[in-house]
Amino acid sequence: MNGICFVLNGKETCYAGSATDRLLDVLRDDYDMKSVKCGCKEGECGACAVLIDGVLVNSCCVAMGAVDGHEILTVEGYRDTSRFAKLSEKFAELSAVQCGFCIPGMILAAEAILSANPHPTEDEVREGLSGNICRCTGYNAIVNAVLNAAKEGDGLW
Amino acid sequence: MHMKEICKSIKKKDHDPKIEGRSVYVSDYVASKDGRAILCGKLLHSTLAKARVLSVKLPELPEGYLYVDASDIPGDNNVNIVLDDTPVFCRDTVEYIGEPIGMVVGPDEKAVEKLLSQIEVEYEELEPVLDIRTADEYFFNYEFGHGDVEKAFAEADKVYEEEFITGYQDQTYLEPQGMMAEPEADGRMYVHGSLQCAYYVHGAVARVMGTDPDGVHILQDVTGGGFGGKEDFPSIIGCQVAVAAKKANAPVRCVFGRREDLEFTPKRHPSLCRYKLAVKDGQVTAVDADVRFNAGAYSTLSAVVLQRGIIAAPGVYDIPNIHVTGKAVKTNTNPCGAYRGFGAPQTFFAMETMMSHIAQDLGVDSIEFKEKHFAVKGDTTSTNGRYHFPVPIPAMLDEVDAMCDLRKKHQEYRKPQTGRCRRGIGFSAIFHGAGFTGSGERDLIKATAKLRKYADGTVEVLASNGDIGQGVRTTFPKIVAHELNIPLDRVYYDHPDTARVPDSGPTVASRSLMIVGELLRRAAIKLRGIWQEGVEQEVEEHYREPDFMIPFYLDRFEGDAYPTYAWATSAIEVEVDTYTGLVEILGAYGSFDVGTPVDYNIVLGQMEGGFLQGIGYASIEKMDYDGKGRIRNNSFTDYLVPTAMDVPNLKATLHVEEYPDGPYGAKGAGELPLVAPPAAYIEAVEMALGGMQKHRLNRIPFSTEDVILELNKEGL
Repeated sequence: MNGICFVLNGKETCYAGSATDRLLDVLRDDYDMKSVKCGCKEGECGACAVLIDGVLVNSCCVAMGAVDGHEILTVEGYRDTSRFAKLSEKFAELSAVQCGFCIPGMILAAEAILSANPHPTEDEVREGLSGNICRCTGYNAIVNAVLNAAKEGDGLW
Repeated sequence: MHMKEICKSIKKKDHDPKIEGRSVYVSDYVASKDGRAILCGKLLHSTLAKARVLSVKLPELPEGYLYVDASDIPGDNNVNIVLDDTPVFCRDTVEYIGEPIGMVVGPDEKAVEKLLSQIEVEYEELEPVLDIRTADEYFFNYEFGHGDVEKAFAEADKVYEEEFITGYQDQTYLEPQGMMAEPEADGRMYVHGSLQCAYYVHGAVARVMGTDPDGVHILQDVTGGGFGGKEDFPSIIGCQVAVAAKKANAPVRCVFGRREDLEFTPKRHPSLCRYKLAVKDGQVTAVDADVRFNAGAYSTLSAVVLQRGIIAAPGVYDIPNIHVTGKAVKTNTNPCGAYRGFGAPQTFFAMETMMSHIAQDLGVDSIEFKEKHFAVKGDTTSTNGRYHFPVPIPAMLDEVDAMCDLRKKHQEYRKPQTGRCRRGIGFSAIFHGAGFTGSGERDLIKATAKLRKYADGTVEVLASNGDIGQGVRTTFPKIVAHELNIPLDRVYYDHPDTARVPDSGPTVASRSLMIVGELLRRAAIKLRGIWQEGVEQEVEEHYREPDFMIPFYLDRFEGDAYPTYAWATSAIEVEVDTYTGLVEILGAYGSFDVGTPVDYNIVLGQMEGGFLQGIGYASIEKMDYDGKGRIRNNSFTDYLVPTAMDVPNLKATLHVEEYPDGPYGAKGAGELPLVAPPAAYIEAVEMALGGMQKHRLNRIPFSTEDVILELNKEGL
């Protein structure tokens, strides 16, 4: 009975606060996961998206009680992987990062798409990214970067 | 496209920290620079559009919590923007719903929110002004023209009159507004946050704090998008947190929630444009435009937004007789401000749609009708300036035609259509005047930029233009490295801090690369000439107005409002489902001339991003206020912006008409792509609905609901 226990970026941890606390706030304030951004706090923009057991979820809409026993991945736990390196390389080649605020969420959305379907069509990529708002790029560069990562990342996903 | 070396894309300098989630935005700080805890500040917003504030009854404030209002301001309760009417905290009255009355400050965010909800404000409610048709108080009222408009109307074969309406558009940068103030040990106030114009904030905070300019310094943090929305507003929040930090003698940060941001921060001005055009022998001979912008409750940036809007009122056409009036109307609503395009999207929408409607009335193809009127090099601009450089619109029309078979579809879809789904395609051509309007660069901004070379041979760019996603942290060093012929990793550009960079002007008006980039190019050439190994050296450059310019006089709107123009042509093809009202965008095609792209991918990203914002403006981005003056569309559930699925087929191409006074031929880029889509979209939807004779469309946004309402008029 050590509170709410879950795996964060590969490490087991227990949270002693309230089960009704917001995952977004806890990740940012208690675990210093600043890659998780707050864009709207009501599940619409995707800037706070994390992977829970591999599924893309907006952390602003998750109460801490719901993460007990689950695995959470943020960009802090993803940025040292070869999958991340491939995505980063492809995003860089197309200058797909502008203001950057949506990008950690976008990267995790890309991971969710590719881990479920290593060779997605453009429509599938667009659908997979559609919960993440980007106001800067018009999406083409991001979509193409994910497609290029899929193409050249054969075997990574 | 032939690409110069400078055009080749490179990895952006801020790519790694941003994609790795290491970049520190203002909300990411865990302590002040000197390690103190940051207090949370939240604003008490007015709930009435116009009222006298009789009293503010506070709950008992626990230790460590305080309330800040106008009585705490050490200097003057005026946020300097263009005029001095915007208060830091309200004066005796509130003038719009959302106006800041005060701020609650304390260590715990939830406790601050709770205290805020317990405050009781006693108002004496007054009658607000909400309708721009009947409002009669104008912050600004301009009039200009040339030729003999009355004679042209008297001699016309036909005179056309029409009214055009455009709505709000919110910038919807992904990072909401946020600023933080830290009192420093030496007595200075350090203010930093998400902002476009560090020196604007600097001037505003110094005045409000009652200090000389050295008493404050301003840093731009990593900024999650601006699009104009962080041009003036950070000055206001910056002043509020500075006043609060002074009173608390502790760091104070205020970060807006999304609802607060959508409801209470500046947006694109809603407009009402009445156009009257004379046609003689199939040619437009005169335009008389009456432009009204809803400025909201304070003047903020409305003067300059309106100036740009009315200068663009006759569009890209050579029309001999012009008369334009422009009014920035005061209403008791949220003050409007800067948004990509800065007044011009409203008037271009009106003029382009007017041209399409006249063509339809004359029974000719609107593209051909527009072609007969395109301005060419040497023609007179609306303000009696000149188009000094070639106008590439005809070639750019051809480029768009090649992308989507525009001309053929434009003929085809105009024929009567039956069936559930019907198609349309629209075309629009626009310019964006490059840099500040009028003599602003010469008389007001007077930009200075510096390069500092260190003993180890690295070179730092010193300028005040913030990277807000558009890439100046990459393109500025790229220009300098190119001229110095040194590797790019030896040149760097940090986010500006006014304590250590000169004032190279604000990050606005698509000016940074064209104006400041050119200063840096010249500075690099100067540094190259005096380069000595092993020593520290510094060079600086100042703005010089190009010799060819016809001096601009704002009092009579005469002369070259801009040295040159960026150009855009756009086509949008739609399919309208007449059962559901849904408009599917089959394709969006644009050709954009921003001169030489100083980094192809960066410019393409600007074009695609702005293009999609323009389509959103025309279609789904609907925001309005109710009979009390309250904006109801204050969440992403109600204010929709395009997602990755909305316009999958969006294509942008670059046309290069080099500008000799911009670096390597570059012109202003950022705002251009947003401006053309609305008129193209409306022409396309109108065509799919059977054309102007059946459904005359003259307003944006035009949503699914609007399509259904139109179709209902057919009595189906």
